[in-house]
Amino acid sequence: MSDIAVCKDLKKSYGRKSVLKGLNLSIESGKIIGLLGPNGSGKTTLIKLMSGILRANDGEILIGGNPVGIETKKIVSYLPERPYFSASMKIDEVINFFDDFYEDFEKETAYGMLEKLNISPAARIRTLSKGNREKVQLILVMSRKAKLYLLDEPMGGIDPAARDYILKTILTNYSEDSSVIISTHLISDVENVLDDVIFIKDGEMVLHKSVDDIRMEEKKSVDALFREVFAC
Amino acid sequence: MEWRFSDDLPIYQQIMSQIKTCIATGTWKPGDKLPSVRELALEAEVNPNTMQKALSELEREGLLYSQRTAGRFVSDNASKAKVLQEEMMEEYIKKFLEQMKKLGYTPEETLKLLQKFID
Repeated sequence: MSDIAVCKDLKKSYGRKSVLKGLNLSIESGKIIGLLGPNGSGKTTLIKLMSGILRANDGEILIGGNPVGIETKKIVSYLPERPYFSASMKIDEVINFFDDFYEDFEKETAYGMLEKLNISPAARIRTLSKGNREKVQLILVMSRKAKLYLLDEPMGGIDPAARDYILKTILTNYSEDSSVIISTHLISDVENVLDDVIFIKDGEMVLHKSVDDIRMEEKKSVDALFREVFAC
Repeated sequence: MEWRFSDDLPIYQQIMSQIKTCIATGTWKPGDKLPSVRELALEAEVNPNTMQKALSELEREGLLYSQRTAGRFVSDNASKAKVLQEEMMEEYIKKFLEQMKKLGYTPEETLKLLQKFID
């Protein structure tokens, strides 16, 4: 299988604080990968670098063979930690925005998912609950036929039923030749949908393995292994 | 079907054994058509690759077969279901005896107790 994304000796610091210290990893096509690590380990920084929001100080990221830029943004769909829509916008206005921005955006998919959730496209973002705002954001991100989805904490602060909805949305919408990177610390929530997990600690990768191998070799869940590796 | 997963085994193996239970107990009958990989994956809330792996393994073991365009089916092979049932029976009994041993009962005592409960 080919790699959709490769990071080589990636370094990023904010001022004097070094967050990524020479990170190497490759992401295979067609996989759902959990990016796991404690707070401050560099998960969000890595995702922002891959999406092109931040620039690395050193090292290289190739996505679909190209360095991060216009070409990669066409194939990368990014869900930020926090929804970024203007509160005064209506959902259908945001949908038109996405439709203008991204060639691979599928309007019908987005409207279909909104209808299932009984969210009116005419509603303003301001009127939505926190959970619904997060769902709308995810719907937009997953309505793109991207090659790589970067989901930063897609399940922060939502109830278990919404969690199920979000997992199902991810499973239904990603196509088999695309990859999904999910960053989270709610491991037990996502464990069953992951092919591989990547553990990062202090800006370095400490493990990249398939969930099956972890369970087979360690006789324990990824969640349990995480607690062990990152015990304080 | 209700899917349940424990922590200590790969998910695909657990899917395999749950499907085997369905076939052994006749919930899934020979010739029945399976839902698509994607549907099953969604129902079980697992990765489609994982579901695919489980189904392929079951095909390799001869419990399922797929027809290029029509989909995937439970094998007609009735003897397979019988063998499965026996395999699972063995597994359950071994587990039960082991647990009783842990509780401090000898096999003879266990047998007597079992008889008493059946009566």
